[in-house]
Amino acid sequence: MLPAPEELKTTIEQLLPGVTLTVEGAILWVTPANLPAVCRCLKETERFSLDYVADLTAVDYPQDGRMDMVYHLCSMAKRHGPVTLKVKLDRNNATVPSLTPVYRGAEYQERETYDLYGVTFEGHPDLRRILLWEGFKGHPMRKDYVVEDQDAPAPS
Amino acid sequence: MTPLGPAASVKPVDTELMEVNLGPQHPSTHGVFRMQTVLDGETVVKLKPVMGYLHRNHEQIGEGISYIASFPFTDRLDYFCSMSNNLGLALAIEKLGAIQVTERAEYLRVIMAELTRVLNHTAVTGFLLNDMGAFGTPLLYAFREREKILDFFEAASGSRMMCNYIRPGGVRVDVPAGWLDRVREFVEGYPRFLDEFETLLTNNEIIRQRTQGVGVLPKDLAVNASATGPVLRASGQAYDIRKADGYSIYPRFNFKVPVGSVGDVYDRYYVRILEIRESLKILQQALKEIPEGPSASPKGAALVKAPRTFRPPKGEAYGRVEAPKGELGFYLVSDGTPQPYRYHIRSPSFINLTVLEDMCLGQKVADVIVILGSVDIVMGEVDR
Repeated sequence: MLPAPEELKTTIEQLLPGVTLTVEGAILWVTPANLPAVCRCLKETERFSLDYVADLTAVDYPQDGRMDMVYHLCSMAKRHGPVTLKVKLDRNNATVPSLTPVYRGAEYQERETYDLYGVTFEGHPDLRRILLWEGFKGHPMRKDYVVEDQDAPAPS
Repeated sequence: MTPLGPAASVKPVDTELMEVNLGPQHPSTHGVFRMQTVLDGETVVKLKPVMGYLHRNHEQIGEGISYIASFPFTDRLDYFCSMSNNLGLALAIEKLGAIQVTERAEYLRVIMAELTRVLNHTAVTGFLLNDMGAFGTPLLYAFREREKILDFFEAASGSRMMCNYIRPGGVRVDVPAGWLDRVREFVEGYPRFLDEFETLLTNNEIIRQRTQGVGVLPKDLAVNASATGPVLRASGQAYDIRKADGYSIYPRFNFKVPVGSVGDVYDRYYVRILEIRESLKILQQALKEIPEGPSASPKGAALVKAPRTFRPPKGEAYGRVEAPKGELGFYLVSDGTPQPYRYHIRSPSFINLTVLEDMCLGQKVADVIVILGSVDIVMGEVDR
């Protein structure tokens, strides 16, 4: 069984001195700089064995000027999860360390998030657009993205 | 005739790498999908998948409409398995809104989900054989059986492929009279077809030559790269969300999780065949035990009639199912309005492609086609 979020927090803070987490319900908030270390710890500690990232995405909150990264980590070895990690980013300068060195499964998901949300993943081996084409302007999943009306008459 | 000089005087022939685009219009890509390959002779030295030709920003559409209105759109994700897609979204919405499901509906959902798995694995085996050059015959055998299942779906939901059938709290409408008996008869007869299919394929010398040792995916890489479904299990990791999460009523049924040992194309083929047999076991049990009763809970039925009255409390939910292709997850964030604030899909086809290059490196270009066929992708789900 997976330990409760509070227990996860205390265990990680003991294993990684200097790292502080915030618990909010079932969610663990992590600072961007600590993210790879926390994930590595969750992956390599035998009790947790969170060996793959099931899902990874962003949520945009323009009214607060922030963008949240959401990670769902699960364990195939222990058959438990998901553990939800969140990282708060500044939406005008959304940069977070890439998880691809820890979890290979993050590679395409991070490319997707970069493509649709414009989050930059530092240390990603191949950060390019994946669903949209090269040269596309903007990031369409951002809440303030204006969809071009293709049926509108051309300006005369 | 001039005699040839000594071998030492012959200069080695210079070779250079060649870039080849496989797709986007190629019969083996199962849709519009491109693989940028770099070849050394016939050997692959680099392979980058290019996708997005079918991208319609499904997630953005989902954020502009009510929760229930997304169901017809999920049909078009993996258009072979619309029932599983419906089930995934229904689970996420039920978590978010704390909606109960009736007993009969749980059984109907399991029956639909397992019929979908039988259908998908049969069809994908046919496609795989097509990719290997066995044109037509195995695929038509598979499609003959698939058509029978599609008839059941049509009788229950009104549509062969775009079923739009499962709803939060239950299913949209109960199955017609006599439907369960016809499915029972079909399930009893299916092993006979499968035995015949296997006689043609499993010990076939040509298939073994083409698939064994080809496109090997090591277990630790498969786990680390978030591969799920038959692709993962063929590599030897017994991980099935039906067992791990025990969602719906799966813990009540007796079934095994088949695993492979090598992780090559052959194992991926054979794991699917074994999974069909396990699905048939679940179907037999479910068809025997299914109770009478309402096909949707009162809250669920009210939701179908007035979708915009559904305003789940603020919060978030991640619901996932073992779809035939792997872990299909729906991540929903509610802000208390009738539309989801965030609607995200974790699609198995898309994430299983992460390791495509690793499986193809060092293989011949003809094997790339077979490896892609064994991963089992549907572009509606990859591109969303």
